[in-house]
Amino acid sequence: MTRDDVRNAVIGILTDIAPDEDFDALKDEEKLRDQFDLDSMDFLDIVMELRKRYNIEVPEADYEQLVTMTSCIDYLQPLLKNQQMAS
Amino acid sequence: MKYDAIILGAGLSGLAAGIRLACFDKKVCIVEKHVEIGGLNSFYQMKDRWFDVGLHAMTNYSPKGVRSSPLGKLLKQLRFKHEDFQLCQQKESEISFPGVSLRFSNDFELFRQEISEKFPNQIDGFDQLTQRIRDHDDLSLKSGFLSSRSVLAEYLTEPKLAEMLFCPLMFYGNPQADDMDFTQFTIMFKAIFLEGFAKPLGGMRHILKLMVDKYKSYGGELRLGRAVKSLNLSSEEVNSVTLSKGEELQAETVISSIGYAETMRLCAPEKFPEDSLQDGEISFVESQYVLNVQPSEIGYDKSIVFFNTKDEFSYRKPKEMVDLASGIVCCANNFDYPKEQEGLIRFTFLANPDLWFGLSRTEYKEAKSYWQKKTLEAVVGFLPDFRDSVVFLDTFTPKTIKKFTGHANGAVYGSPVKIRDGKTPVKNLFICGTDQGFLGIIGATLSGVTVANIYGLKASY
Ligand SMILES: Cc1cc2nc3c(=O)[nH]c(=O)nc-3n(C[C@H](O)[C@H](O)[C@H](O)COP(=O)(O)OP(=O)(O)OC[C@H]3O[C@@H](n4cnc5c(N)ncnc54)[C@H](O)[C@@H]3O)c2cc1C
Repeated sequence: MTRDDVRNAVIGILTDIAPDEDFDALKDEEKLRDQFDLDSMDFLDIVMELRKRYNIEVPEADYEQLVTMTSCIDYLQPLLKNQQMAS
Repeated sequence: MKYDAIILGAGLSGLAAGIRLACFDKKVCIVEKHVEIGGLNSFYQMKDRWFDVGLHAMTNYSPKGVRSSPLGKLLKQLRFKHEDFQLCQQKESEISFPGVSLRFSNDFELFRQEISEKFPNQIDGFDQLTQRIRDHDDLSLKSGFLSSRSVLAEYLTEPKLAEMLFCPLMFYGNPQADDMDFTQFTIMFKAIFLEGFAKPLGGMRHILKLMVDKYKSYGGELRLGRAVKSLNLSSEEVNSVTLSKGEELQAETVISSIGYAETMRLCAPEKFPEDSLQDGEISFVESQYVLNVQPSEIGYDKSIVFFNTKDEFSYRKPKEMVDLASGIVCCANNFDYPKEQEGLIRFTFLANPDLWFGLSRTEYKEAKSYWQKKTLEAVVGFLPDFRDSVVFLDTFTPKTIKKFTGHANGAVYGSPVKIRDGKTPVKNLFICGTDQGFLGIIGATLSGVTVANIYGLKASY
């Protein structure tokens, strides 16, 4: 996966978790929590969906890496580089 | 084969926990003693009519799009849409005490207005109390008791107003006699006054079916009509559970919704001392009356009325079999249903479980019809007399609740001691639902979600 693929993968997960939010306007450098109505249960779901769809483990200590879209991509791309997008 | 998790009980909390775990590919089995799902909030059929066991109304109503409320949280966590639940909001409810009543609805302003009219010198204190409640973190998993009576006394100088606030909040979610833990008070205040009531079209049967279908669609297993007989421990862990027909299932983690004391009593060979296990004793009798008229046609238009006929409100195990001094009247028709439903009024009174359990079969039958009459008389004292319109009637008692849900004493809200963090002395055994402490339909469901998240999902790293 390229950085763009990883971004799309994260957007795909966010859209499933929060179907009422509009992620087109997402600003990559700003905290996800400040832009959308997400709580700790949602962040758990992001992690669980990453595991379910791409078989990667994000330990609790690393949750803080998921704070902005850019930090998500920085953290996830090395883990996902050998994978294809899930449909 | 070993399950990732076995869940005791297919009530709302057990099903919710099951959905969360199965959704993320855990191998889960829910074991339910009864042949039907739902537990304290199930449904049954009698003479071609479907009845809800526990449902007066769902508390915690919040509109579509709100994600941070308890209802919003559980919808998103269980991947339901708001419209899936088909919620119909209440019209108007009331707290009725001698000489004064307070109306409330899903618009908090009505309640505030009522208080400022009937207790003009209390409204500032009430506003401050409301602010304190809004700021209180009631989803915290820390335990500890703070007396609501003492907190309320800081804000309200009129004891009657405090009693009037306690009446619905205790009836709908207090496992304890006389006083109430302040966190529990906050949960119930938000659930009833700041959020409000709604009923699902199709009753609990509709909600439970949605949940069980979702659970099964994720591959979750359900064993109905099988009680867990023992939780088999070795070196402080539970390794397997034995079912009523002798079958033994292995599990990494066990989550139980059957009550804390009820769960610990199943542990073997190690025994937990009885004095560490405290049963609840708040239970109810409830009657449902089917009418051949709409209650509004005979002049009754309230959704739910919490009434008390004495100056003081007493919330404890009564000395007599039933306490007629206070209770709840719920009229299913006075909710915003899209179409007319058959007339249905139900009322609920505090009951003394010991006295009900002590009866022989014939005595029990007699007592049931005696108290049926008495409660009806008490209610038609302030409701339009609907006795000529009754076409069907059913009553249940603490004995019925115990029989169908296994909760000791038929205690609807479980033990007065809650295990907020869900932990037990056994490393991989956790409590959800009633005795974890989030009560009611929405509370129990959120409890299942929370406990599954912490001990079933996060623990897998
Ligand atoms: C009369 C009444 C009125 C109510 N009214 C309302 C209301 O209007 N609004 C509201 O929000 N809430 C109401 N409630 C409360 C609400 O029903 C409960 O808080 C909620 O259903 C609790 O769910 P739970 O999952 O924690 O427990 P339960 O529903 O009790 O689930 C436990 C399950 O475990 C099963 N079980 C027990 N022992 C075993 C065993 N050994 N092995 C296997 N399974 C076992 C039981 O059969 C049960 O199905 C009412 C309850 C009652 C009884």
